[in-house]
Amino acid sequence: MRSLLLAGTALLTLTSGAAFAQMSNDVIRIGVLNDRSGIYADLAGEGSAIAARMAAEEFGGKVAGAPIEIVVADHQNKADIAASKAREWVDTGNVDVIADVPNSAAALAVQGITRDKKRIFLMSGPGATALTGAQCSPYGFHWAYDNYAMAAGTGRALYEQGKKNWYFVTADYAFGQSLEEETTKMVNKLGGKIVGSVRHPLGSADFSSFLLQAQGSKADVIGFANAGADATNAVKQAAEFGITQSGQSLAGLLLFITDIHALGLPAAQGLMFTEGFYWNLDDQTRDWSKKFEAKAGKKPTMVQAGVYSAVRHYLKAVDAAKTDDPDKVAAKMRELPVEDMFAKKGKIAANGRMFHDMYLVRVKAPGQSKGPWDYYDVVKTIPAETAFLDPALSGCPLVK
Amino acid sequence: MFDLLGVSPQVLFGQLLLGLINGSFYALLSLGLAVIFGMLNVINFAHGALYMVGAFVAWLLLNYLGLGYWWALFLAPTVVGLVGMALEKTMLSRLYKLDHLYGLLLTFGLALILEGAFRHQYGVSGQPYPIPDLLKGGQNLGFMFLPNYRGWVVAASLIVCFGTWFAIERTRLGAYLRAATENPVLVQAFGINVPVMVSLTYAFGVALAGLAGVLAAPIYQVSPLMGSNLIIIVFAVVVIGGMGSILGAIVTGLGLGLMEGLTKVVYPEASNIVVFVVMAIVLLIKPAGLFGRER
Repeated sequence: MRSLLLAGTALLTLTSGAAFAQMSNDVIRIGVLNDRSGIYADLAGEGSAIAARMAAEEFGGKVAGAPIEIVVADHQNKADIAASKAREWVDTGNVDVIADVPNSAAALAVQGITRDKKRIFLMSGPGATALTGAQCSPYGFHWAYDNYAMAAGTGRALYEQGKKNWYFVTADYAFGQSLEEETTKMVNKLGGKIVGSVRHPLGSADFSSFLLQAQGSKADVIGFANAGADATNAVKQAAEFGITQSGQSLAGLLLFITDIHALGLPAAQGLMFTEGFYWNLDDQTRDWSKKFEAKAGKKPTMVQAGVYSAVRHYLKAVDAAKTDDPDKVAAKMRELPVEDMFAKKGKIAANGRMFHDMYLVRVKAPGQSKGPWDYYDVVKTIPAETAFLDPALSGCPLVK
Repeated sequence: MFDLLGVSPQVLFGQLLLGLINGSFYALLSLGLAVIFGMLNVINFAHGALYMVGAFVAWLLLNYLGLGYWWALFLAPTVVGLVGMALEKTMLSRLYKLDHLYGLLLTFGLALILEGAFRHQYGVSGQPYPIPDLLKGGQNLGFMFLPNYRGWVVAASLIVCFGTWFAIERTRLGAYLRAATENPVLVQAFGINVPVMVSLTYAFGVALAGLAGVLAAPIYQVSPLMGSNLIIIVFAVVVIGGMGSILGAIVTGLGLGLMEGLTKVVYPEASNIVVFVVMAIVLLIKPAGLFGRER
């Protein structure tokens, strides 16, 4: 009798296992970890969580028989908080995937944890190229953009327009310095020149002094290697000091559509920079962005659209592999093409970099814009192959 | 002499002028803090948040009521002053008998609540506020291009700073105020309504912050975090000038603006700590501040 019971239970376990394919804890739990209250809250924040939910809804809230659950947390732009949250999620929260994580320092911390604990990490918010370079991971996928793509795209495009001499206004921390370095490499490679640079402390309110130094350099291009409030304040004050009128071009090395929205077109017009996404590219992007706007109250940034695309691709891979085993899913993700409204024929390289087209945009003048969020002229599409750094040169040990 | 610093006189003058512009913001904000500390003995940590509220009121007036900059210049400080008066009446006034620390904690909490509320409503990226038409454009001074608006900021804040100093140090009303801080009971015995005077003083102090917010709106992004970026520097200015010293706040505000401007030419990376280095030195040599009195 007893053995019969045992056999019965064993059988039951087996069949239930089969029904749920091979899912740990019978649920796919996706943790969206980002800044929900600080400087990146607008470009990532709740919008990224909304984007992740939209991806889950497309699968009807279920993949390979297991329900999909989205959890969110605020890392407050602190690497230690990001790390402890990631660890908690993986160790006790049964979280299968961590998504977004803007702020490169936080992302590098999470990358270390997900590499050790074998969890998929979908990076949309961070920019550091090290995430697919020396710090790459077999489970880490870098989705929307990176510093190389921003710097190379903008540097090359301006060079092609005959603007060869650069002056940098750089935020004095790892992120700003890395942007400056990437751009410098590209400009030098093409034969341009760096005539000078000034490093400002992170979180400066007044840029007039740095702008005047940049103006005095007579460079063709003033490149802002900074982000968020630093970038918007710098651009706004450049307009105030009449810098563009005197013939110098301004280049943002990392700007998001929310920054342009915050600046307003009168201050931002004429700015050129590289973008990973624009809502008004085609019917698909317009359609998705409209749905997003209905929930979030604003158009998506490339980070938020990237979260959607990455989560969707992950779910597609789980669906195809019929398991949430990280090794198998990661292999499936690399195997399948990324095909959605964000990335057309995207491909994931061995170092985890997702290759997709980038766009060089110019901010419209107030007269050309037809309404809110109609901000960009897409000057050119940068094909995926040239948009990102060749994986062979990335320094990632996974690339053979 | 200019060669010593490795910069041309043109650049140096330009930077000094820019320093003066920033200094006039510091002066205006630290003046409000000094008035409040001098008269109420409250360390008003909500000052930065109320500066932000001033800028937001200007933005709201423009976007919802269509009232432009010149209206805001008058209305925003009034609104901030009224908010301040309500805060003083309902909360701060209960703490006067306690240690300074309680006032500091209360106002710090208020600052967090105000910032959180605006952040929740308007996001963190900020809102654009245009320069008024009358002050658009700029002057070519030969050594630099000076936007008209910045020139106006310096003039406006100098006038307000001097007016405040004059009112407190040279008028009868100011004499009552100073007397009420020394000995409120005695002043009340002379038939002066001290609690009302104290509320009005607080309202005036924070209205100065609101005014600075309106002046700042066209230069910086109107953002919920704009105050917290500035408040620490402004506190350093007040400490260097001597807590509660009106003249000290004005002079150190302008002086530190100039010093910061110089640092931005010579060694830009240090521009946000130079103020604190000065503060440390001053505290070591003259703990009561440059213009403060030892108590």
